[in-house]
Amino acid sequence: MTTTRTGPPTAGSARTGPEETKRRRGRAPTLRQLEARTGRLLLSPTVLIVLVIVILPILWAIVLAFQRVRLLNIRRANLFSNYTLANFETVFTSPGFWESLRTTLIYTIGGTVGSILLGLVAALALRRPFRGRGVIRAVMLLPYVTPVVAATFVWTVALNPNFGIVNAWGTRFLGWDEPIAFLSTQSSSLFGIPIPTALLTVIAFETWRYFPFAFLFLVARIQAIPGDLDEAARVDGATVWQRFRYVILPQLMPVIAVLAVLRFIFTFNKFDDVYLLTGGGAGTEVISVRVYEYLTANKDVGLAAAQAVVLALVLVFLIVFYLRSTARAERAEQGG
Amino acid sequence: MSAETVVRGTESQVPPRAATARKRPQHTTEEKVWGTLRVLTIVFLVLITVMPFWYMVVLSVRPIAEVVLNPGKIWVGLSEITTASYQAVLRSTDAGGQGFMTFLRNSAFVAVVTTAVTLLAAIPGAYAVSRLRFGGRKIVSGMFLVVYLFPPMVLAIPLFVLFTRLGLRGSLSGLALVYVAQTVPVAIYMLRNYFQTIPESLEEAGLIDGLTHFGVLRRISLPLAIPSVTATGLYVFMIAWNEFLFALLFLLEAPDKWTVSLGLSRLSGSIEVPSTILMAGSVVLTVPIVVLFFFAERKLVEGLTSGAEKG
Repeated sequence: MTTTRTGPPTAGSARTGPEETKRRRGRAPTLRQLEARTGRLLLSPTVLIVLVIVILPILWAIVLAFQRVRLLNIRRANLFSNYTLANFETVFTSPGFWESLRTTLIYTIGGTVGSILLGLVAALALRRPFRGRGVIRAVMLLPYVTPVVAATFVWTVALNPNFGIVNAWGTRFLGWDEPIAFLSTQSSSLFGIPIPTALLTVIAFETWRYFPFAFLFLVARIQAIPGDLDEAARVDGATVWQRFRYVILPQLMPVIAVLAVLRFIFTFNKFDDVYLLTGGGAGTEVISVRVYEYLTANKDVGLAAAQAVVLALVLVFLIVFYLRSTARAERAEQGG
Repeated sequence: MSAETVVRGTESQVPPRAATARKRPQHTTEEKVWGTLRVLTIVFLVLITVMPFWYMVVLSVRPIAEVVLNPGKIWVGLSEITTASYQAVLRSTDAGGQGFMTFLRNSAFVAVVTTAVTLLAAIPGAYAVSRLRFGGRKIVSGMFLVVYLFPPMVLAIPLFVLFTRLGLRGSLSGLALVYVAQTVPVAIYMLRNYFQTIPESLEEAGLIDGLTHFGVLRRISLPLAIPSVTATGLYVFMIAWNEFLFALLFLLEAPDKWTVSLGLSRLSGSIEVPSTILMAGSVVLTVPIVVLFFFAERKLVEGLTSGAEKG
């Protein structure tokens, strides 16, 4: 997203050729060496924390995935004993795994596309200045900054079939025959077409909660588009839609591409939202909820680790696939 | 050149009114439609963002019996307003309440410690990444990206095991440490963007006057970066305050150590708790964050999105 700056010309004067460095090595450190030393020193607390709390645990998780470790015998577990593929075998053969992978993908794609689309609509609607725009822009970020537990609870209460406002209004104003249990109905049919109600509701929540994220980045980009470009198209008689399609959208595409990757990754990893809304029931069991169940309900650390590693691998595979295909598309574009 | 004069000549012969009349009519109806759509969109967006919070506040001050009778009502008469739900939420468990005061203290402790430690590590780190050249900088940036994007679930398992073995489960400081590791990369990213906007000549002047790099950071760059440091600190505070998964894994067995998020989430699980109390708890959880957010909204948005304009 940002380009790293190369060294400034003045500081470049401290740059020394290889021979010079050799000559000076015996004496006091060069400015360049001093700079490097300070740099490493200043960054070392961060690197240390991240290494100990993130990188090493990730490696350990991979080891755990190959061991039969349960919460009960956790004290006896060590790094070098009894490697086995049994956990992965269980992961792939246990009922509901493939179903859960499918659910995760639908949920992720739905949430990603939904939040970016709504964010784009919001960014376009708030493009031109008007009175109160600043306030509206701030208000629009509310779903994103609100604690996830509070946000899911409002939805849960509002969608409650007995005393929730949505069903109260739906039955009164929209003529629904009976209240809909949005979060606990696996599938209902509308005009004979089966609809995964709970999954769609969770996707709607995801769209609502994260459209401000897309909106933020798109609005920043839109405001940086020079106005005369759009004005020129207008004078040339382009319609509103044409101006969006051929002037604005191409400028936004790089941001949208980055947003798509980011939102895909974050949604794919998501645990809290689904867990708090449905607990993984009614056809919304995403993989991270499965990992949590393995860890807490089954108390099987090895199995949970294996499932989590599979989650990470699927993600890495999808990202690499995406990056390679976009690179190929770009090359094809340049070649043609 | 002659062609140009000819064109200009014909143009000036057309009366200006006719010229605009030729262009405008096709557009006005179309633009009017889009204009109306735009207003409708804005109204819709404001509704979907504000309504849930309005609903939350209204429910939290209505008597539960009244809510069950009349679930579709979204306003509350002044005479009806009751603070019973808030009292039930905030009172200590000994007094028959839900003990949210303790939870608020725990959340505040975790969030403040996380913010302080994160900033302490991230400020020098961000300065180093933005200004100093040294080998391994690329690797470090890559490492941060991995931290930022990796599934937290993968991380949760070994940390759960480790904390169990060290007896750190139920420790708020242990939880804060995990939050620090999760927020430091974002903090460095936000601060780095700001450090890069500080004119380099200022820092060089400091260096020439005999300051060390550390001295430059402390006496020149940091004072200039205070707005960005504030915004970054608030963002980290918000992440720590809102976090749920790690609090759930590490604190579940120690109810006196629960954060507000965790305490609230357990409310719905155990016994039948009226939704008015759930909403009062949600308000208690949300208000500090929303207040902080409106306090620093502009700075926060700038800090998060700087770099996005470059595409």
